[in-house]
Amino acid sequence: MDYTLLFVQTLNGLQLGLLLFLVASGLTLVFGILNFVNLAHGSIYMIGAFIGASLTLWLGNFLIAVVIALPIIGLVGYAIEKFVARRLYEKDHLDHVLGTFGLILVLDTLAHLIWGPEGISVPLPGWLDGQVELFAGVVVPTYRLLIITAGLSVAGGLVWLVNYTRLGMLIRAGASNRTMVSALGIDIQLLFALVFALGAMLAGLAGMLITPITEASIGMGGQIIITAFVVIIIGGIGSMKGAFIAAILVGMIDTLGRAYLADIFALVMSPSAAETSAPSVSSMLIYILMAAILAVRPQGLFPPKARP
Amino acid sequence: MKRLLISAAIAALITAPAFAAEVKIGFVTTLTTGAAVIGKDIQKAVNLAVEQMGGKMGPLDINLIYADDGFKPETGKQATDKLVKQDKVDFVAGYIWSNVLLASRKSVLDAGKFLITANAGPGPIAGKLCNKNLFSSSWQNDETPMAMGEVLNQNGVKSLYIIAPNYAAGKGMVAGVKRTFKGEIKGTDMTTWPTQLDFSAELAKAKASGADGLFVFYPGKAGGAFMKQYQQAGLKDSLPLYTVFTVDALSLPKFQAANFTDVLGSQFTQQWDPTLDNPQNKRFVSEFRAKYGSYPSFYAAQAYDAMFLIRSAVEAVNGDLTNMDGMRTAMESANYPSVRGKYTYGNNHMPIQNYYLRQVVKDSDGNWTTKVVKTVFKNHQDSYAKDCSL
Repeated sequence: MDYTLLFVQTLNGLQLGLLLFLVASGLTLVFGILNFVNLAHGSIYMIGAFIGASLTLWLGNFLIAVVIALPIIGLVGYAIEKFVARRLYEKDHLDHVLGTFGLILVLDTLAHLIWGPEGISVPLPGWLDGQVELFAGVVVPTYRLLIITAGLSVAGGLVWLVNYTRLGMLIRAGASNRTMVSALGIDIQLLFALVFALGAMLAGLAGMLITPITEASIGMGGQIIITAFVVIIIGGIGSMKGAFIAAILVGMIDTLGRAYLADIFALVMSPSAAETSAPSVSSMLIYILMAAILAVRPQGLFPPKARP
Repeated sequence: MKRLLISAAIAALITAPAFAAEVKIGFVTTLTTGAAVIGKDIQKAVNLAVEQMGGKMGPLDINLIYADDGFKPETGKQATDKLVKQDKVDFVAGYIWSNVLLASRKSVLDAGKFLITANAGPGPIAGKLCNKNLFSSSWQNDETPMAMGEVLNQNGVKSLYIIAPNYAAGKGMVAGVKRTFKGEIKGTDMTTWPTQLDFSAELAKAKASGADGLFVFYPGKAGGAFMKQYQQAGLKDSLPLYTVFTVDALSLPKFQAANFTDVLGSQFTQQWDPTLDNPQNKRFVSEFRAKYGSYPSFYAAQAYDAMFLIRSAVEAVNGDLTNMDGMRTAMESANYPSVRGKYTYGNNHMPIQNYYLRQVVKDSDGNWTTKVVKTVFKNHQDSYAKDCSL
């Protein structure tokens, strides 16, 4: 067993998991507190990627672009809440799905009109574009470490926000009993708009962070939103802790599955059969995990304590 | 007044067949999703071809109908069915993706129409599933990587790691390079297509394998993603990269905009290059650049050829589209000006053609493009022709 390779793959899994967490945390906030199914969360991730990429090419610096793009995507989220989502809260989940699916089509086409079909590549600053030798033989791309650092800081920030601030207290209260919160004189509409904008910023940040690895492109949100739903279902809808643990779990299983499944299969079947069957099975692993968890704990691993 | 109307109506009826003197061509390509960038480039080339033909093939007007495959086999098949059954086209052309072509071919061939694939070339259609009405204006999937395998042998590469997407074309590419590469294969990773765009796990394995070289096939936006992650992993010196269909005229301007200099100098194999010296290619490349401001991609070149191949068939029978045998014989002779230069067809209607080693360079204006380094294969025929009963 090559332990340095295992370590590098674990870091890769952690990085993927943290990116998933950024998307899933916003989704679980909106779903858990607003009781709103937002399929268009992935499109916000895409819009964030495009805004970040345009600003990077315009300003010539990726990090400054991200700092400027974050409030912009927050405003986009605020606008979506105000003009689209708010009208759908009172309706049932099927209407949420239909409405936000329409929003996906609108946002995809909008991105197509503004940025064209070809997608945008962004350059990284030189110091981020290299590699770091963590210890002997373990060399990882610097940028992947930046994603891990950013993901962990955001997770830490969210823990602080949700558990130790007044806004966080209201968010938790809103998740448990929204009627009581508004009865106590809290402006629930403003709270919801803030939560929605926060979710959009988290998704947008994930989109901006992935762009230097892949690119900003139409339809990129459709791929991540399904995995993000898997994450929040595994973690328990509405639970930030659940989203974090489930995201890391899914990231690890996906990466380690891709890395080792073919070798494991090769023990029991011919190498060429293992080569082609392993990727199909490894892409199923997270759904198998979800099905297993749903069978044992239908409410997910860490469901929020009380729901109305 | 009434009589006038009636005579006008009769006149319209009589002249109607004259309006119907057209050749209907259905063109299936990808016009939505991120892969639309390829479809749009193909559309540009096809529109340019129609414009250069003056909108006519022989005595017939060209009626061109585009259809979107949505980057999915099932959508591609639906689009093909509509073209064949509802629009009743005479030719169906296009097809970027092997899985889309495999799902759609039966709809066209069972209806007795001509099918011209302008990119996809999965093994079966060149072998057991070859058909008298199916022609390719591109290549069989395995051939380009076979040429790359030969280049690897010539460069003295002793061992290779392979990463490719897990679908029809990816498997063909891997089979192709393995067929000609004489060294050791250290490992093969097949990734989920088209969703997986993060290759960190595969790159880490490739690096740990200690191979001399890395072979990949990632068309479209996955190619751009792969090239970036390869650079970020810093493998350029320890694990040189050899690609097919991964760097193209669509990704190069994006790489240039992002000042992604590691791509300069990278080499890949192909049957065509914008610098190939023949009159048709010079005209194609210069007019394409004048009209659209960018270099055409190989996808565009093959689609452009497909239109001229169809025209050669229509002209050979002087517009009599019922003469299928005449059109087929004409296409089998490949007697049209191709941008890759003269080539011939094998028994399975796959081109027998040259394969070149291309390299990314800056042109005289500083744009990133490619040039030909050398000819790898001369008049190369695919390995499936023997399985074809034609």
